[in-house]
Amino acid sequence: MGEAPAAVELRGISKSFPGVLANDEVSLVVRRGEVHCLLGENGAGKSTLMNVLAGVHRPDEGEIRVAGRRVTIGCPRDAIDLGIGMVHQHSSLIAVFTVLENLLLGRGEGLRLKTGEALAALEEFSALLGVAVDPWVQVGRLSLGEQQQLEIIRALWRGSRVLILDEPTSMLTPKGVEDLQRVLAQLTRQGLAVIFITHKLREAFDIGDRVSVLRRGRLAGTIDEATMRGGTFAELKQMVVELMFPGEAARLARVAEIRGFEGPARRSRRPAAGPPLLELSDVLIPGARGEVGIDEPLSLAVHAGEVVGVAGVDGNGQRPLAEGIAGQRRAAAGDIRLAGTTVRALSIGARQRLGLRYVTDDRLGEGVAPPLSVALNLVSKRIGAPPFWVHGRTKKAAIERHARALVEEYDIMTPTLDTPAGSLSGGTLQKIVVARELSFSPKVVVFNKPTHGLDVKTTAMVRDRIGRLVEGGEAGALVISTDLEELLELCDRVAVLSRGRLMGVVENVPGAEQEIGALMIGGGDE
Amino acid sequence: MSSLLTSEFLAALLSGAVIAGAPLLFAALGETVSEQGGVLNIGLEGMMLFGAYGGFVVAHWTGSSWIGFLAAIVAGLLVALLMVVFCVRMGRDQIVVGIAILLAVEGLTSLLHAAQFGTSYPRLGAVPTVRVPWLADVPVVGPSLFGQPAIVYIGIALVVVVWWVLSRTNPGLHLRAAGWKPAALDNAGVDVLRVRTVAVLVTGALAGLGGGYMAIVVAGVFVPFMTGGMGFIAIVIAMLGRGRPLWVAVGAFLFGIALSSATSLQLAGVNVPTDVVQMLPFVTVILALIIFARQSYLPSALATPYVRGRR
Ligand SMILES: Nc1ncnc2c1ncn2[C@@H]1O[C@H](COP(=O)(O)OP(=O)(O)OP(=O)(O)O)[C@@H](O)[C@H]1O
Ligand SMILES: [Mg+2]
Repeated sequence: MGEAPAAVELRGISKSFPGVLANDEVSLVVRRGEVHCLLGENGAGKSTLMNVLAGVHRPDEGEIRVAGRRVTIGCPRDAIDLGIGMVHQHSSLIAVFTVLENLLLGRGEGLRLKTGEALAALEEFSALLGVAVDPWVQVGRLSLGEQQQLEIIRALWRGSRVLILDEPTSMLTPKGVEDLQRVLAQLTRQGLAVIFITHKLREAFDIGDRVSVLRRGRLAGTIDEATMRGGTFAELKQMVVELMFPGEAARLARVAEIRGFEGPARRSRRPAAGPPLLELSDVLIPGARGEVGIDEPLSLAVHAGEVVGVAGVDGNGQRPLAEGIAGQRRAAAGDIRLAGTTVRALSIGARQRLGLRYVTDDRLGEGVAPPLSVALNLVSKRIGAPPFWVHGRTKKAAIERHARALVEEYDIMTPTLDTPAGSLSGGTLQKIVVARELSFSPKVVVFNKPTHGLDVKTTAMVRDRIGRLVEGGEAGALVISTDLEELLELCDRVAVLSRGRLMGVVENVPGAEQEIGALMIGGGDE
Repeated sequence: MSSLLTSEFLAALLSGAVIAGAPLLFAALGETVSEQGGVLNIGLEGMMLFGAYGGFVVAHWTGSSWIGFLAAIVAGLLVALLMVVFCVRMGRDQIVVGIAILLAVEGLTSLLHAAQFGTSYPRLGAVPTVRVPWLADVPVVGPSLFGQPAIVYIGIALVVVVWWVLSRTNPGLHLRAAGWKPAALDNAGVDVLRVRTVAVLVTGALAGLGGGYMAIVVAGVFVPFMTGGMGFIAIVIAMLGRGRPLWVAVGAFLFGIALSSATSLQLAGVNVPTDVVQMLPFVTVILALIIFARQSYLPSALATPYVRGRR
């Protein structure tokens, strides 16, 4: 079998932003009929490279060939006309529009909305992807997973010849990923070329025909089909990790993602945990319109020295729970106690001063203030407090000293401390949020999807931090995650949330997976 | 108080409300269009004032109110062009540019008017009214609501047109997307700046027409600063209307009532100081804002310039 012809060819693409060379002479060939996975640490330049192809950024240098012809892609329209479709890393859906309206965006010339065609397409692709969404519902009411699937449907409906998926699976369930994989296999047989960005190595090896790795803006290497087909997971992962983080492979061996098929490492149970730090008793936290809230009295405690997990498919009350604890929403009933003090009526700030921290899952929307500098974002929860502010005056030196230490400790990839946070890569933002929330000796930290969108190394680091946080027996953590493996690795106990109900709490002992799975399903059939 | 409920009072109030509300309707519909597209048009008042001036001068020259209305539209478009260049294309601050536009138009029209007419204020003839058959014969309400100049009916038709475009067509979908999440629209292959350009021009045309209406139909004369805050009231109506033209129409009518109550109250023989009566529309604005503003949610990208790829 000869090599399939190139669908897209990037030659020597360079792109720089103020202070960063995001892409440095990257050359990449994507062939028809292949799924080409793109890996690389946070800030490596993956999204930038794909945005060049999708017409969002104009490259400083280099050329692009589509189906052998040299092209100039000046705007997203050009890319679409060339048959290049992209699902962006940060949602391109409009939350206040209906599903149908989002599908229709940019789909018609003239006045008439192609409603009928959109409905037909939605039906067809929903069936393929195993999604069931109401076309007339506002997108903001869908779970993040459903939103991601909708974006994929929209890209597929465009009938692209080259499909770019930038972390399309970060919010999907394992079943959703499987369905997507099947659809991609079917489409690639018809000649579609897919570029697939992910941080999950196993996913890359499962779905990808070839894998390319970007490192600090340069192409570090490509693993070809023969190697992909012949290599075991362990060998492949060894190669990728070596490309991604040369010389650090040994240090990263512990990471669950890299350990791969050997199954998650279970956190060794610590001896009896300390006194309860966070206690929820019979709380009710209503959801926003159309959102699942905590609708049945929920009781849960996090003790000192303990990590408690909350498992469940996204959109089953996780966000109301997290925001209810953090104080961003009021609990309608019940009591929330922090180290014995009732905090139910306290403001966000007051809870924070009592040692409560919240790592949000909406890092761009509420985790950082995008136009403010990295340094300010790292101290934004302590505005007005010494040593950063003294008698109402900003102590720039103190802020920078603190920020520099965190940037180093967490390896935050930013050109300068003054760079606006909004210009950083998705994973880098997450590091900022985690770094900020873990400083100044927290008592209880609530993590909502703490590692979503993080590269393997950063994932390991964040998980390690969570472990270290509770190690001394002074603090506790509540980890809300849709990634069961993550919970099994981190937690002492795992609570299962389904349709806004706490289905049960499982001790993390061997066999816990099955029990958790059963509880999740138990909630699904009423 | 019983004198307030006489049919003369009601008739005067209603017809006055329509006459006074119509310019608000045009301008607020226009503002709705650009706000839905993400451009906050603080300069609306300036567009109205220039429309009033242009409309008056041309109507005065030609003796035709229709050509006057056309001129008012062109005048509004010219002012809107400034907004397009500075805010949509160059991405300058919409509020600063809007205020600058208003101040510039106020100065320019006063200057031009003084140069042309000195201190005399020539008047235009009354604009003929059109009776809607059947409806105009309904007692009290009929003659006051359905015996209006033709341009008023065009305004009412525009409510339906804007509603239809916003909710049922591609350009409407694109417009709203430009206001809520321009990057999403751009990624879908639609030129955000073009959509916003068209939106601002439509606003200019409608605001100009509203201003022209004030000079040609309501006053019959151009007086410097004659729009007297109507543009800002229209902005409030548009915001409270939340992109729904029908509510914009209702709002314009209610503010029209507030405005026309001055003459109607006098007609009814109620003796209220004119200063108090003239405050009414603005008191209404404040009350409406206090009562409804919490619910008014605006497009999330309102007043934010769009630059592709910036984050
Ligand atoms: N619009 C922008 N303005 C300024 N800097 C940018 C912009 N987009 C990207 N960058 C910078 O370019 C670099 C590469 O970012 P990019 O988003 O491509 O990384 P990535 O590989 O997609 O990372 P992640 O896995 O976290 O999504 C980062 O240092 C980022 O700060
Ligand atoms: Mg990215």
